This record gives sequence, structure tokens and C-alpha cells, in this order.
Amino acid sequence: MRNLLAVVAGSLFGIGLMISGMTDTSRVQGWLDLFGQWDPTLAFVMGGAILPMMVAWRLTRRGRPLAGGTFPPPPLPEIDRKLVIGSVLFGAGWGLGGLCPGPAVASLSYGGVGGLTFLVAMLVGMWVAPPLRSRLDSAVPAE
Amino acid sequence: MQPEWIMGLIGGLVIGVAGAVYLLGNGRIMGASGIIGGLVDGSGRGGNTERAAFVAGLFGAPLIATLFIGTPDTHVSTNLAVLVAAGLLVGIGTRIANGCTSGHGVCGISRLSFRGMIATVFYILAGGLVMVLFRHVLGVV
Repeated sequence: MRNLLAVVAGSLFGIGLMISGMTDTSRVQGWLDLFGQWDPTLAFVMGGAILPMMVAWRLTRRGRPLAGGTFPPPPLPEIDRKLVIGSVLFGAGWGLGGLCPGPAVASLSYGGVGGLTFLVAMLVGMWVAPPLRSRLDSAVPAE
Repeated sequence: MQPEWIMGLIGGLVIGVAGAVYLLGNGRIMGASGIIGGLVDGSGRGGNTERAAFVAGLFGAPLIATLFIGTPDTHVSTNLAVLVAAGLLVGIGTRIANGCTSGHGVCGISRLSFRGMIATVFYILAGGLVMVLFRHVLGVV
């Protein structure tokens, strides 16, 4: 049941990314590029995706997930430097390549050598990240 | 009326439904970097089959769709050095920040998570600055 639902969610995610144009790096870079030919598509994709999710979050206030278990705990309130530094690094790579993790996998079958190169580098980055993350944790001075 | 806006909105709604299925079905936040990263660094523990099933759908469904609607253009850079740098930054950054466009962006903002909103502001700012520097100043992307 859990795996079936995961395949369904992953498939819908992939199809959504594909038809929305978000596996096209020029659209993502066009949205980030305020000083060029600005492409507003990404804002529509984000807005469209947030609407069903707002309904879904509201439904988590009662009951349990269909496949058992519990719903995620409320979001953490604190902003730490891992969040900020990590997001800045991610954003820089997102701009450079025009791909983020979801579209990188979704477009793998039609993204050619370039798409595969990006994905392999991303997986290596994910693999080397945990020690860097703990270093950022331990280097925090007592406040 | 611009058709690409409409396709963006429709595709976005499908992405949101995907996140709703994962949340209401499995009780999980649909964050691509967390799902993939958990498989890569072994932090996924018991949830690995579920993660692999998600990734299989994410890769497989667009592959099957290309058989019917053709292959969309990705306009991926041909500069391998840029792609390697971009991939490393995305991989490291999303795992340090514990989320990407789907987890912090779609799933975080829709529950009014302050962390999700702050992360989104910073990755968009960084992406925008990179476009200024690497497209308009250096001309490499």
C-alpha cells in the first residue's frame, strides 16, 4: 500500500513537472533572470502546487494517513545557519544548472548527457553533505 | 492568454495533488531532495523501498509520457564543468538546508512554515544573483 501510493505520488510529480515546463532549464533560468526576458511560468507552477497542498495540510488536522502511521509534526520555528547557507548553495546551483532535484530525476530519460552529468554530480553532493552538515552544527558558538 | 502559463498552472496542480497523495496516504512530506538524499546517504532507514518506489515513478512516468507526447526540450547546458558545479551545489545545499523547491517551497509554504519561506527566499535570491553574475557578467549560462 505504502509503495503503491509512493509510485502514484512520484508519477504524478514527474508528469506535473514535465507538463508544467519545469524540466526545461531555460524556463527556470528565465524565471530567475529578472534582468533578461523574464519568464513567469514558475510562479504559476508554484501557485498551482500550493493550492492542493493547503487543502491537504488542512485535512491532516484530524485522522491518520491512509497507509497508517502519523502525520508529520508541526514545522520547526527556528532559523539556523544550515537552513540559510544550504539554501544559498542550493539556489546558486539551481541558477547555474536550471535544475533542482525533482526535475533532475523526472527529465533523466530525455535530458541527454548533460542531464545525467548534473544528476550524478547532485548524488555525489548529497553523499558528501552529511559531514559538512554536522560541521556547521558543531561550529555554532554558544549563544 | 499565454498557453505556457496555463500548462504551468495545470502542471503545478498535478504536482500539488502528488504532494497531497504522499502526505494523506503515507503521512510524508513530498520533498525530492529528502527522498533521494535518504537513499544516497543511508539516513532513510526503514523507508527505503517507499523512497525507491517514489523515485521509480518520478523517473518512469515522464519516460512513458514521452512515448505519447514526444520529448520535451530541456535546454540543458552543454558546459560539463557548469553542470558538475551546479549538481554538486544542489546536492550539498539541499541536504544542508534539509529541503529544496518541493519540500521547503511547495510543502513548506502551503503549511505557512517559516523555515520553508526563509529557505525559499534565500534560494531564489541566490539563483537570481547567479543569473546576474553568470549570464549577464560572465556569459557562461
